[in-house]
Amino acid sequence: MSSQDIPEENLPAEQGTAHGAVRVADEKNPFADPGLPPHEHRIQDIDERAAKRSERTVALLFTLSMLATVAFIASYVTIPVDRSVYIFPLGHLSALNFALGMTLGVALFAIGAGAVHWARTLMSDQELADERHPIEAPSEVRAKVMDDFRQGAKESALGRRKLIRNTMFGALALFPLSGVVLLRDLGPLPGTKLRHTLWSKGKLLVNMNTNEPMRPSDIIVGSLTFAKPEGLEEHDHEFQTEIAKAALMLVRIQPDDIKDKRQLEWSHEGIVAYSKICTHVGCPISLYEQQTHHALCPCHQSTFDLADGARVIFGPAGHALPQLRIGVNDEGYLEALGDFDEPVGPAFWERG
Amino acid sequence: MSTTTSTTGTPAADAAGRSRGKAPAGERVADWADGRLGIYSLAKANMRKIFPDHWSFMLGEVCLYSFLIIILTGVYLTLFFHPSMNEVEYHGSYVPLQGQLMSEAYKSTLDISFDVRGGLLIRQIHHWAALVFLAGMFVHMMRVFFTGAFRKPREINWLFGFLLFVLGMFTGFTGYSLPDDLLSGTGIRFMEGAILSVPIVGTYLSFFLFGGEFPGDDFVARFFSIHVLLLPGIMLGLVVAHLILVFYHKHTQFAGPGKTNKNVVGMPLLPVYMAKAGGFFFLVFGVLAAISAIATINPIWALGPYRPDMVSTGAQPDWYMGFSEGLIRVMPGWEINFWGHTLVLGVFIPLLIFPLVLVAIAVYPFIESWVTGDKREHHILDRPRNAPTRTAFGVAWITLYFVLLVGGGNDIWATHFHLSINAITWFVRVAFFVAPVVAFIVTKRICLGLQRRDKDKVLHGRESGIIKRLPHGEFIEVHEPLSQEQLHTLTAHEQYKPVEIGPTVDENGVERKVKATEKLRAKLSKGYYGEDAQIPKPTVEEYKEITSGHGHH
Repeated sequence: MSSQDIPEENLPAEQGTAHGAVRVADEKNPFADPGLPPHEHRIQDIDERAAKRSERTVALLFTLSMLATVAFIASYVTIPVDRSVYIFPLGHLSALNFALGMTLGVALFAIGAGAVHWARTLMSDQELADERHPIEAPSEVRAKVMDDFRQGAKESALGRRKLIRNTMFGALALFPLSGVVLLRDLGPLPGTKLRHTLWSKGKLLVNMNTNEPMRPSDIIVGSLTFAKPEGLEEHDHEFQTEIAKAALMLVRIQPDDIKDKRQLEWSHEGIVAYSKICTHVGCPISLYEQQTHHALCPCHQSTFDLADGARVIFGPAGHALPQLRIGVNDEGYLEALGDFDEPVGPAFWERG
Repeated sequence: MSTTTSTTGTPAADAAGRSRGKAPAGERVADWADGRLGIYSLAKANMRKIFPDHWSFMLGEVCLYSFLIIILTGVYLTLFFHPSMNEVEYHGSYVPLQGQLMSEAYKSTLDISFDVRGGLLIRQIHHWAALVFLAGMFVHMMRVFFTGAFRKPREINWLFGFLLFVLGMFTGFTGYSLPDDLLSGTGIRFMEGAILSVPIVGTYLSFFLFGGEFPGDDFVARFFSIHVLLLPGIMLGLVVAHLILVFYHKHTQFAGPGKTNKNVVGMPLLPVYMAKAGGFFFLVFGVLAAISAIATINPIWALGPYRPDMVSTGAQPDWYMGFSEGLIRVMPGWEINFWGHTLVLGVFIPLLIFPLVLVAIAVYPFIESWVTGDKREHHILDRPRNAPTRTAFGVAWITLYFVLLVGGGNDIWATHFHLSINAITWFVRVAFFVAPVVAFIVTKRICLGLQRRDKDKVLHGRESGIIKRLPHGEFIEVHEPLSQEQLHTLTAHEQYKPVEIGPTVDENGVERKVKATEKLRAKLSKGYYGEDAQIPKPTVEEYKEITSGHGHH
């Protein structure tokens, strides 16, 4: 039989009611379920040439996958890990990443496309029906299980020997406590750690960028300067934990513009020092608008008015930023006049 | 070889062996396995198991395959990742960060990205697959919700799926926190601030989680074991249970000719779904690999290592955490101070609403089954329009979710669309309450409109688009009658009647106390299935009257 021959029984004329012949509606109930519609043949079912074409397509896809895997290995071996390549319209990409990803992608996708095309065009698409059975057990099974359980429960005497039952429950309830207790050493107790920072009387304010102590003249109007306490160095083991509390931001505001009286008292020549850690959930505040003296936390947009006691003027923060009292030492350097008088960062239950 | 097998085999196998010659190797292996595992009994029920076909049934497959891809790529990443917060100085091949202090976790992530060949690709596939996994679960869950596939007997599988979604969120969060870069550290800080807001125990929880003060040097290692062992272990168990139940319950199907509540119509697992589903795994994997080849995700090298005093603008969590971010951003900063304590409502309320939003959708199946009082199994899916209240509730929930997503990205909205961030925040605050209600009402209206249209279609036929001019000049549109298949499909759904409270006096004439829950149920039921809540579907009588009376028009 040549590939052009179509088996007689598959010719459209032999298909009977198939091919969209309108079924006569049930006279009594036109909404009744007419049952599964007749199977409609695909071109591949009736034309061996079309089936052959499908077969070739599937084989081509699988072959493409093999070639792509070879290309993957070749890319891995030949392309240096640091080469960059320009690919329109994506821009500059890592050549190796692009080559490996595309070849792997093609290798995998071609397998999938081949399998799906095979299933859709060559495997039988005759719809079949399976019966469902209720999930619930039949009543006699249920009765048997209940009987078995009662028998087992009776034989265990759990209900009758209450002493055993109660002590067993007690033991089972208590032993997980050991597991809970074991978690105790996950961390130390908070104590008053959240109330204190490295700042103390006489500690110099060190510029975060230059790592040098600062004179008042270093702080110009409109700029935002970040500072850390003297003695805290990046290499210190506790640096991350300490800077998470001690980070400070300095701005200079015309003393006349400062609305809050205490703020003015705690400042020096209009230089005010506020905790950099947002009182909402602890992001570092990094944006400063010099005209309005507003500081904005980029995480959740809490906005503080640095000219008015750093009170919250917008956003989800619950209270003002703590201010650090600063002055100038004998040598003319900015120094802290004590620690923050309230905990920095997010509020917590014991904060008060 | 054949003589050895026949002499050691049982007499029966012996006889069979002699009469038919040696069985093929595959069959012999299968026999061996069956003798030990009983695989034939399993295969009898499952090898030709029927699965119905609908495009929306593949959404769950996307989740399954992306989950497998995440596990495969994740195992690879553990071979190179160092879950340690020890500070080291960087001297790798990424020049801009030379000499920087960073944690080993961050450094090893840089090494995976720049020094391990293919490491970047696997890292990006891992992250992209995680996003697709969560998005897939979200959409799959919506498919199940809107078609009522969660009804008996599938409520428990709905809960398994829900748990997978929630655990997936936290596995994702702990995962993208591991590189200890500036962005992920900011996310961790946010989490720490949220934990601190918990009344009474918050500070303790934070100190126990971080091994002391934030950030300490423990959390990466702790998150690592949570991310690679604890959560995925639970999820793998849930995925297996989820699939076993899908097989056990057999898949749901849409109404149609030949499809009933007592059968399942479709193609057999072997060969069609073996090929289609197996092939689909490769399609998903292939697409993810191609995306990871061209689209950078989480470029931690551009962000730098974490420093608690630094931050970048536009900090965003991965999308699935965005709605919790929205809650925290739009909540007013309420704080109550009393007796030396602080109740941080501005953070704690969002922390409470976060699980409540999720639980609202999780418990819905139980609420609906209580309202309907329906104890039967349901295997035929609803079209969303035929369950207007459920559909409206689902759309309201999605609306709330997306309003919060907008809130979570309020800075991105502000910068990209040149809007005031204050205005967006206020919009979200109002929309949080108003938008779901509006969405509910609008959706219900639309559903009822669609029900009316279906009814028209059944009774008057399909609009053919052909205009006919009658001899006396009148124009009419020709409607084509539907086939019986179409008529059946459009009228196959059931319509509930509202639950009545029942007689308030018992058989002895004594007044019975009507419980508040009964009243509530009757009220809800009326809202669900009362006169205004569904369009009565056409009856055979109506159809006959219209079609026989004056013919088609």
